Amino acid sequence: MSFEVLTYGFMQRAILTGAIIAILSSVIGLFLVLRRYSLFGDALAHSSFGGIALGLFAGVYPLWTAYGVSILSALIITKIKTRYNISGDASIAVLLSSGIAAGLVIISFSGGFTLDIFSFLFGSILLVSVNDTVVIAALTGAILMVILLFFRQILYSTFNEKQAKVSGVPVEKINYLLIILAGLTVVTSIQLVGVLLISALFVIPNVTAIMYGRSFKQTMFISMSFSVFSVVSGILISYVFDITPAGTIVIFSVAILAVTMGIKSAGLLSKN
Amino acid sequence: MLNAVEISNLTVKYPEVIALDDVSFVVKQGDFLGIIGPNGAGKSTLFDSMLGLNTTYTGTIKFFDEDIKKSKTYHKSIGYVPQRPEFENNFPATVSDVVRMALRKKSDENKIDEVLQRLWIHELRNRRIGELSGGQLQRVFIAKALVNDPKILILDEPITGVDQQNIDLFFSILKELNSKHGITIIWSSHDLDAVNKLANHVACLNRTLFFHGESEKFFSDDELVKQYSEASMQEHMHHH
Repeated sequence: MSFEVLTYGFMQRAILTGAIIAILSSVIGLFLVLRRYSLFGDALAHSSFGGIALGLFAGVYPLWTAYGVSILSALIITKIKTRYNISGDASIAVLLSSGIAAGLVIISFSGGFTLDIFSFLFGSILLVSVNDTVVIAALTGAILMVILLFFRQILYSTFNEKQAKVSGVPVEKINYLLIILAGLTVVTSIQLVGVLLISALFVIPNVTAIMYGRSFKQTMFISMSFSVFSVVSGILISYVFDITPAGTIVIFSVAILAVTMGIKSAGLLSKN
Repeated sequence: MLNAVEISNLTVKYPEVIALDDVSFVVKQGDFLGIIGPNGAGKSTLFDSMLGLNTTYTGTIKFFDEDIKKSKTYHKSIGYVPQRPEFENNFPATVSDVVRMALRKKSDENKIDEVLQRLWIHELRNRRIGELSGGQLQRVFIAKALVNDPKILILDEPITGVDQQNIDLFFSILKELNSKHGITIIWSSHDLDAVNKLANHVACLNRTLFFHGESEKFFSDDELVKQYSEASMQEHMHHH
């Protein structure tokens, strides 16, 4: 592979933005995975597809409407779960399909599928502008700051809600906070891998890292590293072979997971 | 002596059953109270109410004269050790991580080592919690409960799945916390002998409070002990 590709502006932006999104989604994803909310990202991504369609239809920048719809859905799913005592996986299924359904209806009103729609479904990391990169970097910085600020409370309520509550952590508020952050992260990640592959970004690096990590922070850093590695290699390899970056990124992270499982089965990692 | 805990006319009604009926008692600072009673006697309901997990009661619960329904800071005086340390077995956290989660002031980081040393688990601090034995886990959760220097330690029958050697160690730890460090202890247990050995006060609960006082009085009164044993036996047979 020639290194000339790294001198292209679009490639530099893609790699930088991709790495930022990789870090963000693996951090948020670790909390979701440990809370058994692995498919939550997927549900939010599908529902934000409805938001994207709405934005395209109304002539608004689609990601802004997607942010709105994603956060709203995150809050609704949480409310439904507690209020009507519907299980987590069922409420995720409801949200997932209603988002896509709403999106499809709106799209047919506005004259069917266009190139734009496909780029949201499968990601468009090679097309990010300088402006996109700045917005994504700022948003990621803000989300990570909030996580850092409430790190203990988020971690404690992920570990055990009841004990966190007894020691004075406002568990309900913290849960809402995390869910809103997840909503923001999902829409931000759509540009990298698209609506359809979001969960891969949230879940796979974390499932892998949990097998290696000892402490929580260590696990978080391992997950970030795997995620950044998969994203950067995925983008580069996909460019060289002229294939889709989103798919390649996910294949890379699945490969790391598979190798890890192999190592673990061979007894080279401690059992956990 | 100050009242560490003051419970007045505590009543909890569920649709089908009255879980606690007009329960009142006081725990003085420095007391070691053993709460005994058969399954379904309302011990968990009492604990949930004291811990702020159940707010659907009538009556009042006060810690150091602060009504827990009006106070936002009362939990600072409490350390809680659950019946079973519940967590995902593959949760990526070390012993230090778990204790740190409970630590309110970040600047007190050295407290973590201190409390781990006090419970003889300092050498386990970098072990992942999923790898620990029942007895070790129990001590980790006591360490977690102690890291903010609580004045009251509340323990909910925390000896499930712990072997005898560790139970003895656990008892001596409780004794030391109470006598050396002056921590008020409220401990629910099935084990009458252990309560007899450790606690200086006993509360005997079966929806109503049918005894509360010095443990000597309880254990020297054969009639009371017999009544209690019969109540638990019936309950025991009912379960089998």
